[in-house]
Amino acid sequence: MQHQVVQSLLVALLAILVRWCVSLCKYSGAGKGPMFGDYEAQRHWMEITYNLPVQEWYNQTARNDLQYWGLDYPPLTAYHSWICGYIANMINPNWVALKTSRGFESPSHKLFMRYTVLAADILFFFPVVFLMFMKNGQTKYAVSKNCILVLLYPGLILIDHGHFQYNCISLGFVLFAVLMIGKGRELWGSVFFVLALNYKQMELYHAFPFFFYLLGLCLRKQDQNGLLRLIKIGVTVLATFAVCWAPFLSNQDTALQVLHRLFPFSRGLYEDKVANVWCSLSVVFKLKTILTRDHLVLLCLASTVLMCLPSSLNLLFKPSFLRFKYSLINCSLVFFLFSFQVHEKSILIAAVIVNLFSVRLPFWNLWFTIISTFSMLPLLLKDGLLIPYIATTILYIIICRSTTPVFVLPSDDYKPQRRLQKLTFYLSMFGVISLTALSVFAVPPPKLPDFFPVLVSVFSCSHFLLFLVYFHIRQFQCKDAETVDVSHTPYTQLKKKQ
Amino acid sequence: MATLWIVAAGVTCLKALLIPSYKSTDFEVHRNWLAITNKLPVKKWYYENRSEWTLDYPPFFAWFEFALSKIAYYFDPKMLNVKNLSYASDETILFQRLSVIVTDLVFIYAVKEFCSKFVKLRRRDEDDDDVMENPSVVLGVLLICNCGLLIVDHIHFQYNGFLFGLMMLSVTHMYEEKYIRSAFWFAVLLNCKHIYLYIAPAYFVYLLRCYCFQSTAAGRIRWLSFSPLRLIALGLVVISVFGISFGPFIYLNQLPQVVSRLFPFKRGLCHAYWAPNFWALYNIADKGAAIVARKLELVNVTTNKAVMTGGLVQEFEHSILPSIPPIVTLAATVLSILPVLLNLWWSPKGPRSFLRALILCAFGSFMFGWHVHEKAILLIILPMSLLVVEKKKDAQLFLVLSTVGHYSLFPLLYTPTESVIKVVLVLIFTLYAFTSLGNIHRFPWSIPLPLLSKLESVYLLGILPLEVFNSIGHPLLGLSHKLHFLPLMLTSVYCALGVTYCWLKFYWLTFQEKPLVHPKSL
Repeated sequence: MQHQVVQSLLVALLAILVRWCVSLCKYSGAGKGPMFGDYEAQRHWMEITYNLPVQEWYNQTARNDLQYWGLDYPPLTAYHSWICGYIANMINPNWVALKTSRGFESPSHKLFMRYTVLAADILFFFPVVFLMFMKNGQTKYAVSKNCILVLLYPGLILIDHGHFQYNCISLGFVLFAVLMIGKGRELWGSVFFVLALNYKQMELYHAFPFFFYLLGLCLRKQDQNGLLRLIKIGVTVLATFAVCWAPFLSNQDTALQVLHRLFPFSRGLYEDKVANVWCSLSVVFKLKTILTRDHLVLLCLASTVLMCLPSSLNLLFKPSFLRFKYSLINCSLVFFLFSFQVHEKSILIAAVIVNLFSVRLPFWNLWFTIISTFSMLPLLLKDGLLIPYIATTILYIIICRSTTPVFVLPSDDYKPQRRLQKLTFYLSMFGVISLTALSVFAVPPPKLPDFFPVLVSVFSCSHFLLFLVYFHIRQFQCKDAETVDVSHTPYTQLKKKQ
Repeated sequence: MATLWIVAAGVTCLKALLIPSYKSTDFEVHRNWLAITNKLPVKKWYYENRSEWTLDYPPFFAWFEFALSKIAYYFDPKMLNVKNLSYASDETILFQRLSVIVTDLVFIYAVKEFCSKFVKLRRRDEDDDDVMENPSVVLGVLLICNCGLLIVDHIHFQYNGFLFGLMMLSVTHMYEEKYIRSAFWFAVLLNCKHIYLYIAPAYFVYLLRCYCFQSTAAGRIRWLSFSPLRLIALGLVVISVFGISFGPFIYLNQLPQVVSRLFPFKRGLCHAYWAPNFWALYNIADKGAAIVARKLELVNVTTNKAVMTGGLVQEFEHSILPSIPPIVTLAATVLSILPVLLNLWWSPKGPRSFLRALILCAFGSFMFGWHVHEKAILLIILPMSLLVVEKKKDAQLFLVLSTVGHYSLFPLLYTPTESVIKVVLVLIFTLYAFTSLGNIHRFPWSIPLPLLSKLESVYLLGILPLEVFNSIGHPLLGLSHKLHFLPLMLTSVYCALGVTYCWLKFYWLTFQEKPLVHPKSL
């Protein structure tokens, strides 16, 4: 037990160190007025929420210009901004002064903003990761191995502490929900999932598995109180929603306005260059030119729901916790690949669940980690995060390869398969390295300024499709008896050849 | 040994992450040297003074910079302009940081050599790769991941990793009884940075005693066994290295100028921030005496108030106790290392006794030297690491010294952003050192601290409230203006107590060493 505590402390400190080192770099939109980037968006939200009454937060008013980084995240983000804005005002009122603070940048303000992310990370993300893997009677390094491979996932670190966002909070809530559901506490699970959803609407990517798993549990034949359970869950969800939205519910228009802000269908099919199906298709033919926006939305909706169905229905009829976790990966990947208005950062939503399999499926976890981080390369390059991107990725590979046998399969029968697996992986790595080098050093053809970003997107998208197929196979191959949380089962040490 | 390479690769990634962090004026110092060596002819290297950061390292280091500058050209040729003072483009930063990271490979290689050759597994069943228990891996991690080195080299900016690599190579050869090679590498090291002169006495005595003379079975010297041939061989190697280094400057008749650059005595007894050594205690005693004297009105104390409160004044006038001229520090240093050198001469007990003498030489110069930098503590901590997996007592002492020593480096990084890094780095290292050494010496975690006595534990834990006061309490209490120097003074005095304790105890432990039965069976 003492060892576990010391190791966990070491892991946590290392995770903090890496995060803080990344945060030394520039943030998105540093010094790039007049719109700046996500950093300014977050600061602006602190300014708005601190200075204006709740009813004005999501509305276009004389004091709140929605054209300039209008609040478009759900209420919990707004409350979080309000708390940060309150503290910011105590330290230096210029940071959040209404209107006049637009585009405010200073070293001490950067330090403050970086601290808020680190604090959020330590408060919401770290504890759940440790709770998830802490268990008595494990092998010596089981906890630290699992935790370090989740905490050092480069994508999340680079986006939160480099680019600047607070994904750690919503992802932390989702992990809490998964943890609670794994312990059989469905009510707490649904509370946490609703919180996640109310921090970032992108958590809808995970909604299908939660819904179908809980429904499936209630519908099981041996469960006599199924209906009661369902009602309990429903009431909990509604109540949590009501609490989160309380200040906006007094007036129907306000509530509708918030909803409208959260789902901006007026925006494009995808933001920048995203490694999803629509962006990749655009290389061959432009859907936008054939279909109107409404049709596009419908197409996205239909394809997303359709693609989610196999995984969801499988979960509904054979609910098990392991299937649930695979389904979380599958549905979030489907959403990422097929839904409307996807950001490149949304891949984190799938990645955080994949990371939970870091010890059970080391190879796929490593591959997914590398590709998902790589898929954000154009964004990272824009923010000047090339060196942290390379360093954190290599660090992750090193730790992954030294703690888990990445290329070892269950038995020797799989030898040809292992060779193929290795070959594919190295080919893929060759692609990652050469595309990174090209993006950094090569000059794109003058007619196609987005040549490399698109190449990165198509390359990553093909991988995500492969991952989608693979995780579907895993989900459908789950044995029914397998209801225990496998990520907890000790992993038998395979002695490495020295 | 695969684990060590993995750790090295991991720590290299961390170093890369530190590239954008704060860098001290040493960064500009080395950039200026790049420019000087690249653009000026050799005869002007030690005369150039457009920048205040004149070349004051020995010739080999200048050549090292010369070699680097050839590569630097491909990153950004503008950094090689001698007139381009304080030039720091992104490419310049990247190049200089990368040069430190890459030359660190010398250190990593040397550490790996030492660990694989001279640290043995305790038990057969031990896991080869266990980072927490396998002694050779633990020692490697303690050296490669030394947080002081990370702070000084990769944030503050210096090339100590490379230089310590040369030293480790030399020590490894000494352990292998390849004396000529050891002497060669040490001579090279001396010509890269002359601060290593401090440990030269240990080399001199040990090489003379164990290479040029032989011992009786009881470890006594056999005077008649003196081998002049060996002495000549040794001398030739050392003299030719120095010849290659200083020869050109002797030929150019510039030796006095070079020497005057290398040994500037214009500086004061203590650095701006007092290194935690004997003089820090002396200074504080003087201050205490001054205050008492003023209270009792014994003497008319007319000290310059600015000296006391500035904290950044180079010259320090003592008000009650006598002021210290350089010659006194020299005498004190020599006196402090004399006993261990005599001990080494009369009864050398294998390379480990040489290493102990080396550490005590470094200790002596740190405790009593003139204008000692706080960074010099690494010259003690790093060699001392080599002893910790062998003996429990050394491990205990190392834990105290490394914790205090690394903490004493804190004032180097005063920027708020880097403060988080320094705290986390030192915490990780200390936690790891305590756990792994506790594992090796079969000492479970205990209250308050494993392996240490109550007093030592309380002393080390005292650092926590001290740091809380320094970084939070001091500004909150509004003392920043009135007593600006207070945190620095508290830190150096508090650490000086610990360092002095370690020095005395290490001396005592060294004299307790039992003679070796089989000098060959190391």
